[in-house]
Amino acid sequence: MSQDWTPDELMEVNAARALAGARTCFVGIGLPSTAANLARRTVNPGLTLIYESGAIGARPAALPLSIGDGELADTADAVVPVPEMFNYWLQGGRIDVGFLGAAQVDRFANVNTTAVSRGQGRPEIRLPGAGGAPEIAAGCGRVLLVLRHSRRGFVPRLDFVTTVGHGTGPGDRAALGLPGRGPVAVITDLGVLTPDPGTAELTLAALHPGVTVDDVRAATGWDVRIARHPSFTEPPTGAELAALRALKSPREEAT
Amino acid sequence: MADIRSLHDAVADLIHDGDTVAMEGFTHLIPFAAAHELIRQGTTDLTLVRMTPDVVYDQLIGAGLAARLVFSWGGNPGVGSLHRFRDAVENGWPRPLELDEHSHAGMANRYVAGASGLPFAVLRGYLGSDIPRRTDTVATVVCPFTGAELAAVAALNPDVTVIHAQRADPAGNVQLWGLTGVQKEAVLAARRVLVTVEEVVPALDPRPGALTLPTWTVDAVAVVPGGAHPSYAAGYSTRDNAFYRAWDAISRDREAFTAWLDSQVRRREGATPR
Repeated sequence: MSQDWTPDELMEVNAARALAGARTCFVGIGLPSTAANLARRTVNPGLTLIYESGAIGARPAALPLSIGDGELADTADAVVPVPEMFNYWLQGGRIDVGFLGAAQVDRFANVNTTAVSRGQGRPEIRLPGAGGAPEIAAGCGRVLLVLRHSRRGFVPRLDFVTTVGHGTGPGDRAALGLPGRGPVAVITDLGVLTPDPGTAELTLAALHPGVTVDDVRAATGWDVRIARHPSFTEPPTGAELAALRALKSPREEAT
Repeated sequence: MADIRSLHDAVADLIHDGDTVAMEGFTHLIPFAAAHELIRQGTTDLTLVRMTPDVVYDQLIGAGLAARLVFSWGGNPGVGSLHRFRDAVENGWPRPLELDEHSHAGMANRYVAGASGLPFAVLRGYLGSDIPRRTDTVATVVCPFTGAELAAVAALNPDVTVIHAQRADPAGNVQLWGLTGVQKEAVLAARRVLVTVEEVVPALDPRPGALTLPTWTVDAVAVVPGGAHPSYAAGYSTRDNAFYRAWDAISRDREAFTAWLDSQVRRREGATPR
């Protein structure tokens, strides 16, 4: 049976829903920016979007391509220099949610965005690097991760830990001196994983409509834990899909 | 005091082979025209410093001018990889590129330390990350008051910082606004400073949120309208997102990139090779 939405749209809609109730969100580029802008149009109209380029309270009419498009500054409540952004606003503990993408995650929601090994004697695949992520994940009250679900992305061991999620298990964040709670959810195109309260290991908590537990197992590079009774996420509403598609359309036309 | 000079002469006098050069501008106000002038003059063996290397450093790296890169995020924002950067790191083409890699918070604070005349800056950063294992410019210090262990990052003091700004006055005072990134810190940390501007105006009337760099903090101002393209200058231009997308295909292939460099930079109108 054909559906009215794509797997990416399920991911984006559920990522936006995860921002319900948040006051402030430090927004990474790509999927997190899509989710945060959709949240402002659906579950959380009052959400304050903060971009590392210096825009606090940005209200872009269309999805920005970069984290420094002019509209972010033009529509912001405040524009601050980059050192101030990282030192006063982020390190100062003023931001509720950090929303990040990832190239690779492991079972404790640690993130690699730096380099992937191709094996002995071959050069590693070079990724963009850390950007703001290590300190965003450290300093925000909590962290949301969004990425597509695949064995390339969900790996048993990271080749490089760029950004710490829950380290090697419970207590690691406190031992390292990381002030925030760390990742509270990983939203993918198959479902939502949350860290187990006891072990901090990512556990499949919810499946998107039409997705099975076996789909998730097949797309995860380790023997993924499954909640005793995983729930299903609510199908996207017409309003959510309309808002998401409107958000993306001006940019696609401009291509 | 800043002299108002041609871009060619300012670049030739201020930037030399082997220099450490920071060309800053966080997405906004990236000094592309000055970078293209470096390519035309063939100034080489550079250590390039930038938080986000962006397309501007992809071009300099692909042109073979960079020996070393100090940075924190090397992607084409919203598009994907920087292919020339990747080719240099992964395959050593056109030459190997040594990396000194940080987080944004670390890079920003390295400039703050440089501007402040301090040998290092302190932050809560890099906790649990593998980044410190690949660089010798991150270490830890213990707070003398609380005993807390904190990250220390070495100061950055570029030989030359290059930025693009909206405007200057005839005396060489510079004004920029919108997203101003780390430009103030990068300028005040540098030994020499070149600023390209959209225009010179008789007087700099106040603008909300504008940053002013007094003429005595700048060595040369060059008037280069559109000098940030495909980045932008708020109030003068918008970001050419179509070019950033097109760069993916241009830069993916060595021959396509070289052809682009030859036709769009090296043989460009106004190019004045030494």
